[in-house]
Amino acid sequence: MTAKWFIDASYFGVAIVFILALKAMSSPVTARRGIVWGGIAMVAATLVTFATPGLANFGLMIVAIVTGGALAWWSGKVVRMTDMPQMVAIYNGMGGGAAAAIAALEFARGEVHGLVVTTLAVLGALIGAVAFSGSCIAFAKLQGIMQKAWRLPAQNAVNVILALATLGLGAAIVIASAVDPNLVIAFFVLALALGVILTSPIGGADMPVVISLLNAFTGLAVGFEGYVLGNPALIVAGIVVGASGTLLTQLMAKAMNRPISNVLFTPIGGAAAGGDGQAIEGTMKEFSALDAASVMRYASKVIIVPGYGMAVAGAQHKVWEMAQLLEEGGVEVVFAIHPVAGRMPGHMNVLLAEAGVPYDKIFDLEEINADFPQADVALVIGANDVVNPVARTDKSSPIYGMPILNVDMAQNVIVVKRGKGAGYSGIENALFYKDNCRMLYGSAQQAIAEAITHVKALEA
Amino acid sequence: MDGIAALYIFMLAAFTGYEVISRVPVILHTPLMSGSNFVHGVVLVGAMVVLGHADPEDPVQLAIGFVAVFLGAANAAGGYVVTERMLAMFKGGKKEGAQ
Repeated sequence: MTAKWFIDASYFGVAIVFILALKAMSSPVTARRGIVWGGIAMVAATLVTFATPGLANFGLMIVAIVTGGALAWWSGKVVRMTDMPQMVAIYNGMGGGAAAAIAALEFARGEVHGLVVTTLAVLGALIGAVAFSGSCIAFAKLQGIMQKAWRLPAQNAVNVILALATLGLGAAIVIASAVDPNLVIAFFVLALALGVILTSPIGGADMPVVISLLNAFTGLAVGFEGYVLGNPALIVAGIVVGASGTLLTQLMAKAMNRPISNVLFTPIGGAAAGGDGQAIEGTMKEFSALDAASVMRYASKVIIVPGYGMAVAGAQHKVWEMAQLLEEGGVEVVFAIHPVAGRMPGHMNVLLAEAGVPYDKIFDLEEINADFPQADVALVIGANDVVNPVARTDKSSPIYGMPILNVDMAQNVIVVKRGKGAGYSGIENALFYKDNCRMLYGSAQQAIAEAITHVKALEA
Repeated sequence: MDGIAALYIFMLAAFTGYEVISRVPVILHTPLMSGSNFVHGVVLVGAMVVLGHADPEDPVQLAIGFVAVFLGAANAAGGYVVTERMLAMFKGGKKEGAQ
């Protein structure tokens, strides 16, 4: 009994530390301390669990912890910051998979009894399995393993039928007096398929929302399985994440002005691009790195709008070097970041932080949008949809209504872009054809490097 | 566990999560997401308990339990490492200039 009491008390402490760790993330100053406490609490929870009365199979358990932990630790250490979203997705999927496996084992042992417990076990298994397979698809897409967003002919109908079939099987498991292994296996197969089917049609532009949503799912699954196991630490941690993930998902969806149901059921695809509402007029005008450098050097205010294109080119360090050079010449330089720039919410902030840009130079959409008319130059680097004025004007465009950075209102706009093609979402960008816009073709890395040379030359 | 007591826990935890997160600034949303990802890695504890109760004679039970613990451990360790790496950069961003 004393061991049981000690273990329960420890879990209680661990749950408190987890909440405080998340709370510490409200400021960059305390955030890191918070996660370190959280790490210590996690180790404590793991060690204490070994003392749970009546446990066996310790050898297997230790092997699983060491291999799983070491593999993830190593991959997390070596992953590049630009690839972070898919790593977060895959770790999240593993949590969902673990929750589903817990339910599966409880069913296999015949340990699930009672209406409420069985219902929550089934729900946790369903959500966990969807989060697992969905996250694997998200990973495959972001990693470039799965290039195309494929859609079934009657995608939404298939979604609904599959979801209903899975729920039906789940209900059958709840109602059945004894566990039927075939029923349980069929249920898990359908739940996994559901995760695949739901996420496959979703294009890269919507990925941040999906990753966030799947994270919330895993939290819920963990919370439900915590109830099945009678473990309050799992309930508290899981539900806290479920609620926070839901909030984060809402914030993201709002930033794109796309209801979550739209993200899931009417994904932005290449086919939907270039709505036939308004034809885009004008031509793209090319600019040289020298011209770009001189315009920026003699400006009084430059707003840099970095996008994922800059990040994949690894150009954030060069961009910050150029910004510092311009500042030395008396130019005011700030960074403007759209909430969904990058592949995760706030991803671009992380990438700029990696390059050493102080965060008092970084502004989000609401803070900076009114400043664009006063800026001499808006420098767009590898960003596309988040600066597309079509979102304001063209009702037939899939991104209509999405809040954008008002780059087009700056005196001059310079767009660094690799080629003339449409962007990630496949939507033609009206900005590029505007009179005040110039195109600087080339990879961000090389274009900015050239601009730096010219800025230096102008200095001398 | 008592059903109603558990419901209270669910409800309070949901409010706590919502309140705690609504104060996090946009610049920290990515670390927040991977940090909350790390927190649900506590599923490892539940996985250990079910594997610990699995029948040592039944390979299917052992296999499922092994997978559960393996995935749970990967979730916790991976979530921690990437979050810590990102937050370390944020700290460096401001403090280095000041020092």
